[in-house]
Amino acid sequence: MHEINWTALGIFVGLFAFISWLGFAAARWRRGDLDQLHEWGLGGRRFGTLITWFLVGGDVYTAYTFIAVPALAFGAGAVAFFAVPYTVMIYPLLFLVFRRLWHVCHKHNYITAGDFVRGRFGNRWLALAITVTGIIATMPYIALQLVGIQVVIGALGVSGTGLVGDLPLLVAFVVLAAFTYSSGLRAPASIAVVKDVLIYVTAIAAVIVIPIELGGFGKIFASIPANHVLLAVPGPQSTGSYSGYATLALGSALALFLYPHSLTGILSASSGQAIRRNAAMLPGYTFMLGLLALLGFFVVAGGIDKLPQYAAGFKQFGSNFAVPALLLHSFPAWFVGFAFAAIGIGALVPAAIMSIAAANLYTRNIHREFINKNPTAKQESQMAKLVSLAVKFGALVFILFVPTKYAIQLQLLGGIWIIQTLPAVMLGAYTRWFNSWALVVGWAVGMLAGTSMAVATNLTPTFPLAVGGYTFPGYTAVYTVVLNLGVAMLLTPILERFRGGAAIADETVPTDYHA
Amino acid sequence: MRSDTTKRRGWSWWYLLFIIQFCVPLWPPLYNRLEPTLIGIPFFYWFQLLWVLVSAVFTAVVFFVTTQ
Repeated sequence: MHEINWTALGIFVGLFAFISWLGFAAARWRRGDLDQLHEWGLGGRRFGTLITWFLVGGDVYTAYTFIAVPALAFGAGAVAFFAVPYTVMIYPLLFLVFRRLWHVCHKHNYITAGDFVRGRFGNRWLALAITVTGIIATMPYIALQLVGIQVVIGALGVSGTGLVGDLPLLVAFVVLAAFTYSSGLRAPASIAVVKDVLIYVTAIAAVIVIPIELGGFGKIFASIPANHVLLAVPGPQSTGSYSGYATLALGSALALFLYPHSLTGILSASSGQAIRRNAAMLPGYTFMLGLLALLGFFVVAGGIDKLPQYAAGFKQFGSNFAVPALLLHSFPAWFVGFAFAAIGIGALVPAAIMSIAAANLYTRNIHREFINKNPTAKQESQMAKLVSLAVKFGALVFILFVPTKYAIQLQLLGGIWIIQTLPAVMLGAYTRWFNSWALVVGWAVGMLAGTSMAVATNLTPTFPLAVGGYTFPGYTAVYTVVLNLGVAMLLTPILERFRGGAAIADETVPTDYHA
Repeated sequence: MRSDTTKRRGWSWWYLLFIIQFCVPLWPPLYNRLEPTLIGIPFFYWFQLLWVLVSAVFTAVVFFVTTQ
């Protein structure tokens, strides 16, 4: 699309080479027996407060987030800021609910949400539902990380057709696959530290330097169309964008730690205290994400999308090109290389954790449960390593051969799907009241309703729920998880009656849930 | 004795801070406005960023008082 930016490319490749070395070297960090699944797949549960902070931060605030949230601000305005209240709401959940899950998982050597549900409810089909949901929600998420790499490679001016054009992505992918295979969760944990240094420097530089170049925040916001600066005030008989904004934040917050990769990050912490401390420290990332969201407005204010040299990029990548174009326009080449490396490496960290999480799920809750019931520790970790390769390969094929728009739509559906595991996982951390089959039926109803509502709204996140002449537009995930919960609560007393006096299967006891 | 400990671990009044932290962002009419601006940034944006800091402080307070 344009000339290759050699300085930027050199810095980018250099930083990539460094983190690749780091990824392999990580195998020897806090050395453990990588033939044990909890060593390969959870880093031996040895990460203290600080490493957990980097790991969960690298997990939750992905490269795609850094590209997509400003892109949404650029294209749609104020609504993009929902990412800020969303990530404010996750911390009380982390502090209260997920600390309990950490304790019970630590006690019983559970590695996945499926393990927990299997132990708590004694129903392997419910555990299978949780597992399959986790895997299918994660796959498109990995694919989106690769999109993040694709966008920055394109912005560096590396282009071509067919295999040559895809070659840089393939190289990045092979490196990612190799160090994940050999080092497990230790690789993304060590790389996350480097990635964060790069990201924080980039974000701080961007929100200080660019507004000065553009003449201050007052001028920037004055150049944004009025209907993009604030949420539209709802008309009569509708809660409009207000309920849309609030439910998007709420649903995303409830869904976040249900994703397998988030849980993997949490479970690798060395103590419940580390989780609680992180609940107070992780808002640091939210603050930065909020600042980065403003970059979308800088693009509009600087008229960067109108400049001819970036036309090809916007044509190819759409609004996802907004951040790369802004960085190219505002910074010298060496810093562009640095910033793009931050985004590219920011994609590798979550992609590695996601593939590890999906591999843990398959190994523990499908393979061991249904195929080979008594694997040795070595067979188990070997299986997980191979599955992590397969999962990444699937994501790569998807990105190379399927239009990006489908990955984005599937990821949207993924959020609606994963929230359906909330009753079993999050409420399961507090109560064994639910009947396990009632949870299965609730899950199935939520999955079906969520998918069909999303299809009915042309794969947009909000559904206009109409009740008695009023419209309540809201995030489909929230509506359907309420439905799911309602079904489970209604069916539980009925099914419990059929079960008669048989003992409740639950291998956990109340004291397992705290220190 | 043990049920006492369990009870204290189960609930703390300080968790009310979490309810405030959680619920304020759920009410957009509260902050969906331009004025007052801060160094040119509309209220909508700086209030939500400020809320991130407030949340971090709330969480830290709860952490310290419940760690005893």
